[in-house]
Amino acid sequence: MGLDVARIRKDFPILERQVYGKPLVYLDNAATSQKPRRVIDALVRYYEQHNANIHRAVHCLGEEATAAYEEARDKVSAFVNSASRECIVFTRNTTEAINLVAYTWGRANIGEGDEIILTQMEHHSNLIPWQRLAVERGASIRYIGLTGEQTLDLPDPDHLFGQRTKLIAMPHVSNSMGTINPIEEIAQEARKRGVTFLVDGAQGAPHLAVDMQAIGCDFYAFSSHKMLGPTGVGVLYARRDLLDEMEPFLGGGEMIRKVTLDGATWNDLPWKFEAGTPNIADVIAFGAAIDYLTDLGMDNVREHEIEVIGYALDSLRKLGDITLYGPSDPRNRGGVVSFNYGDLHPHDVGTILDRHGVAVRAGHHCTQPLMRELGVSGTARASFYIYNTREEVDVLIDALKAARDFFSE
Amino acid sequence: MSNRDDYARQEAELDDLYREIILDHYRHPRHRGSLADPTASHEGLNPLCGDEVTVQLAVSDGRIVDVAYLGSGCSISQSSASMMTEAVEGKAVGEARALSDSFTAMMRGESGIDLEALGDLEALSGVRRFPVRVKCATLAWHTLNEALDEIV
Repeated sequence: MGLDVARIRKDFPILERQVYGKPLVYLDNAATSQKPRRVIDALVRYYEQHNANIHRAVHCLGEEATAAYEEARDKVSAFVNSASRECIVFTRNTTEAINLVAYTWGRANIGEGDEIILTQMEHHSNLIPWQRLAVERGASIRYIGLTGEQTLDLPDPDHLFGQRTKLIAMPHVSNSMGTINPIEEIAQEARKRGVTFLVDGAQGAPHLAVDMQAIGCDFYAFSSHKMLGPTGVGVLYARRDLLDEMEPFLGGGEMIRKVTLDGATWNDLPWKFEAGTPNIADVIAFGAAIDYLTDLGMDNVREHEIEVIGYALDSLRKLGDITLYGPSDPRNRGGVVSFNYGDLHPHDVGTILDRHGVAVRAGHHCTQPLMRELGVSGTARASFYIYNTREEVDVLIDALKAARDFFSE
Repeated sequence: MSNRDDYARQEAELDDLYREIILDHYRHPRHRGSLADPTASHEGLNPLCGDEVTVQLAVSDGRIVDVAYLGSGCSISQSSASMMTEAVEGKAVGEARALSDSFTAMMRGESGIDLEALGDLEALSGVRRFPVRVKCATLAWHTLNEALDEIV
């Protein structure tokens, strides 16, 4: 069934603008997606009609704002098929969600001599919090390596997990290469062995239908702004019993039940983890983004991306002198196409493409260890979403040819 | 916001970023390699882009008698390194430092710079309009300064 992309494009005001006299070809969706009118309107409507602080107000606006904020939680909960709304904690972004787990669950459960398993394809946001924790607790980190197609080189589960393994964490989809990792299988093996499993879903939830109960992971973190919503909102999904056991992350208003000069008790889930006035407007607008994606249907989103990414991979291969990273079959990858073109440096490619109206990312994509493993200083990355077309891929290819001509003699 | 003039201006800016002399140094790097017996050697990194430049100097009687660089990175960082080696070869250490100061000042957009002394290096002034790329152009010069600091 797919998507009516022409109609979708009309919903995104920014896609009408030009850059340097050329129509914008926005292929940096893995960094952040563009926003549909419905999301922008939700922000304006909130500030024009409902703005008030939530949860404690006894007036009309406060009740409306509270209802809208909590309704957004229900939407997110349904979108990822969480077991309950209490499992959905709003944070600032994916990074904060992962840090929340490292600082609370991590400090309580990872001790000296324990082991954390990560992969060579971590975004720094799922690497630095664990490196810091490991240093603090005297724990060690082991990294799963990569195959020639930059998929995880997974050993037999009995060899993967060690006696002291407490946590395994990995991206659902690699932000640098697009590789989709087999998180359902990992979750199953981790659960058998009592190992906690965290998924960095920043590139997963925006592009794939995700079902927390079917995946069976313990933690799943993602961001609103990569899936049509505003910046400043992240989500931590966590298993209810884990959240119950965990100490709060930040202390302050909202997260308490009763406070005396001698101490305090904590609020119910999920508010125990939402200290201070949250990002009310952006959470509500994120709800509008979830509605938009739900109306499209995530299976249709996926089908469209496979189609346009397949076309991009084919077109790049035809260009010749291209090094592509990640699985060759678009069905095994998310929204990202990462490449190097001849001996052109990705930053030079990025600058020339920009002048053709084509926005891509160039560099290490916050995955420096991975770039070192691939033996490159960086890659150019075109990342796609619901509004991208084959015609835009053609513009990308023409701009790459122009870059080649520009730098060759 | 978008018209023909704008487009022409942007094209001109691109030509300004990648002036012919810069592309020439990119395609035909000068002094690329390493010295057999350097007096000083320093590796400079640009962590944001991953640009790398190693600058080696052979200094005799306070004068740079030979210079070489090795590295990897974008055309701006590598051609700037190549241009730097040409500019400082044969110069007294003090002159090289003064040239480095002038170059850095130019990239910062400061006024009152002796453009004549900069010679071909002036071609890199167009990089200023691309703020994220300025550090690519200055990397080789910062690395040169560090190498000069190693000389007692």
